[in-house]
Amino acid sequence: MRPSPVSLLRILVPVKRCVDYAIKIRVNPSGTGIDTNVKHSMNPFDEIAVEEAVRLRERRKDVVTNITAITIGPTKSTETLRTALAMGADSAIHVEIPDSLSPEPLGIAKALKALIEREKQKEQVDLVIMGKQAIDDDAGQTGQMLAGLLDWPQATYASKVVISEDQNSVNVTREVDGGAEEIKCRLPTVVTTDLRTIHSRLNEPRYASLPNIMKAKKKPIEKLSIEDLGVDLTPRLEILKFQEPPKRVGGGKVANVDELVAKLKEAGITAVSN
Amino acid sequence: MPFRVLAMQRIGRRQKLFNICIAEPTVPSFWRIPARSYAQPARPMKNEGSSKASEPIRVRKFGGSDNLAGHNLETQTVSQDELLSYNTDWMGKYQGKSKVVIKPKSTEEVSAIVKYCADKNIAIVPQGGNTGLVGGGVPVFDEIILNLGNMNKIRNFDPVSGIVTCDAGIVLQVLDNYLAESGYTVPLDLGAKGSCQIGGNIATNAGGLRVIRYGSLRGTVLGIEAVLADGRILNCLKTLRKDNTGLDLKQLFIGSEGSLGIITGVSILAAPRLAAKNVAVFALNSYQAIEQTFVKTRRHLGEILSAFEFFDQAGHRIQQAHATNPKKIFETGGDSPFFALVETTGSNKDHDDEKLASLLEDLLESKTIVDGVLAQDATQFASIWELRELITEAAGKTGKVFKYDVSLPTSAMYEVVDATRSHLNSLGLYKGEGKDGVVKSVIGFGHFGDGNIHLNVIADSYAPEVQSALEPWVYRFVSKRHGSISAEHGLGLQKTGYIFLAQDISNVGIMRRIKHNLDPGNILNPYKFVQPKKMPHARTKDKIAHSIEEEK
Repeated sequence: MRPSPVSLLRILVPVKRCVDYAIKIRVNPSGTGIDTNVKHSMNPFDEIAVEEAVRLRERRKDVVTNITAITIGPTKSTETLRTALAMGADSAIHVEIPDSLSPEPLGIAKALKALIEREKQKEQVDLVIMGKQAIDDDAGQTGQMLAGLLDWPQATYASKVVISEDQNSVNVTREVDGGAEEIKCRLPTVVTTDLRTIHSRLNEPRYASLPNIMKAKKKPIEKLSIEDLGVDLTPRLEILKFQEPPKRVGGGKVANVDELVAKLKEAGITAVSN
Repeated sequence: MPFRVLAMQRIGRRQKLFNICIAEPTVPSFWRIPARSYAQPARPMKNEGSSKASEPIRVRKFGGSDNLAGHNLETQTVSQDELLSYNTDWMGKYQGKSKVVIKPKSTEEVSAIVKYCADKNIAIVPQGGNTGLVGGGVPVFDEIILNLGNMNKIRNFDPVSGIVTCDAGIVLQVLDNYLAESGYTVPLDLGAKGSCQIGGNIATNAGGLRVIRYGSLRGTVLGIEAVLADGRILNCLKTLRKDNTGLDLKQLFIGSEGSLGIITGVSILAAPRLAAKNVAVFALNSYQAIEQTFVKTRRHLGEILSAFEFFDQAGHRIQQAHATNPKKIFETGGDSPFFALVETTGSNKDHDDEKLASLLEDLLESKTIVDGVLAQDATQFASIWELRELITEAAGKTGKVFKYDVSLPTSAMYEVVDATRSHLNSLGLYKGEGKDGVVKSVIGFGHFGDGNIHLNVIADSYAPEVQSALEPWVYRFVSKRHGSISAEHGLGLQKTGYIFLAQDISNVGIMRRIKHNLDPGNILNPYKFVQPKKMPHARTKDKIAHSIEEEK
């Protein structure tokens, strides 16, 4: 709970480096996972989260003091942080882990919780905005688990985020099956961003302009190790099998209805008896 | 005296032949191809006995009462629309009246067809993807269309050397996809890659976006198989990088625009497909800024540079107006007069990023560029390229486009755009960008690194007054500055009359001798490219060509 009504907000944006959205995924030669020797970039949902944080600040310059991007990933993930900085984040934190480690959502949530508690000493985090899911595992769990661990409210699948006048809460419009649901969450809170439909996205992430890229080079990236946070990221799940979906086989054309019926019978499809 | 009588007779006969060839006017009146008299002009396919060819020829037939009796023909009746699509070029500017399209499946079939046509004196238009921009791939009258689209197999590929041998009718994109699986890429990339065929690319010596990196087809094509005008199969299909054993015949066919033979097979040196790619687009305040950017880019990037393109504000605005999903890419520089696009391709991302970073820093600090954007992922990569690649399509949607693909000394390249604007303005045809006028827009964009600019004049229609204002004015402008009137698109039909603005008479003389040697009957793609002598003097267009000849 926040002690005083008028104060400034700090936004934390966790981002993940994934295989690029436009790349065609293949199984790697050893059959143990996907081929990761391809182009990587920021998870598109996280791009939307960064963009949303930057827009919130643009809308409420007086209210949002700091946007910090954080990633838990191998050395190469620094590039993802640079992209976030070039888009408008003020600072970044890189929790470096070995290349071989593929962290799971619970582990990430625990690490983020440890970090948020660590940051309380300096400047506490009021709002966590992250993508609803990562496009490599499609788990969609990290935001919810983090909120649970921190005992914070959560507003998932957000399509609109508005900070209230007294900066004590956020009004979030969520995408749900029945349509849109608006909820009010007291700060601090966890928000996960959705795509909405192709035609009316939550936002269109901005391009990194060269002047901003240059500025981003000078912005600080704090480096931490997972031990600094005291979290164990050992996977609790074991992958038993990994295979591509069966290849599509071609269809065939039939000349008339009789032939169609014959082929259906051949395939063992029988009529439904009423 | 006797000479004049002879001349009149010749004209008389020519006119008679002209009437046989065209039943009715087939082309818009602005474009008047003079009736040229040649030794054997095109004649409609006639009702004749069995073909002399031993192979069965598959022929698609459309309506009509002609009947090539006594053949193993797989005939099909198709709609007039489909026939029209073969007869019309990509821009919808040129339209032929052929009634026959043949789609052979093998080199032997091509050879049999050509031999038959040679015997019967029937003109042929070799056709690939029909994406050419100078009307070289469609009939002028009713030459039969020999479309290579059914010959699309990969014959051989060596993954160590990267040399691939394939049929000429394979679509460029398909070939590239095949090579991608082995980690290679076709050393050629152009906007039409989804439809153009490699045979056509070679016949026109296509340039494209990556000449600055891979060089021209004259260097990367290692071998050619072609069917000559008498049906002989010429085999220069070696797969050797180095082979100095006599005259390099394949070079004759590269860029020959179907006039010396029909390319049926090619072997080409593919380049390794490298994973690290970057693209950045810059906003610049002046043309000189592009030049400075280009110099710095080459110095900083070295061997990883794979494209350097430019476009102007007018082109950018048109592209944005017609983009299905226009993105705000520039924060501040969107209104700049010029833009440059730089692409890098390399094997090591860190190495390339570092080189690119040093270039970007240099450009920003020296204030050579005003603004710029660097792609952060593959989707942004594609969007940034769209700024340049979709200009052509957007121009086509804005109006009817007069295209001029010219080479000029780099410092003078954009002058042709400014000069064209004031020239059209002085004739009252153009009042400014976006203002009302017969000509809506004049834009320039292209391959800066190759000194090649595409001047596009967009008008409401292919109006004759615009046509006559631009041609031969543009060609003369370029020729005076020792540029090329056709950098990469070729002569085709559009520029065949202006060859003397590009080449000395003696050069053309040698070209004609080679043509006469290889195709004495002039059955391969006549009326285009380099035409044999004996051009009539009486027609308007010819007067220009003729008077230019006299000037020299």
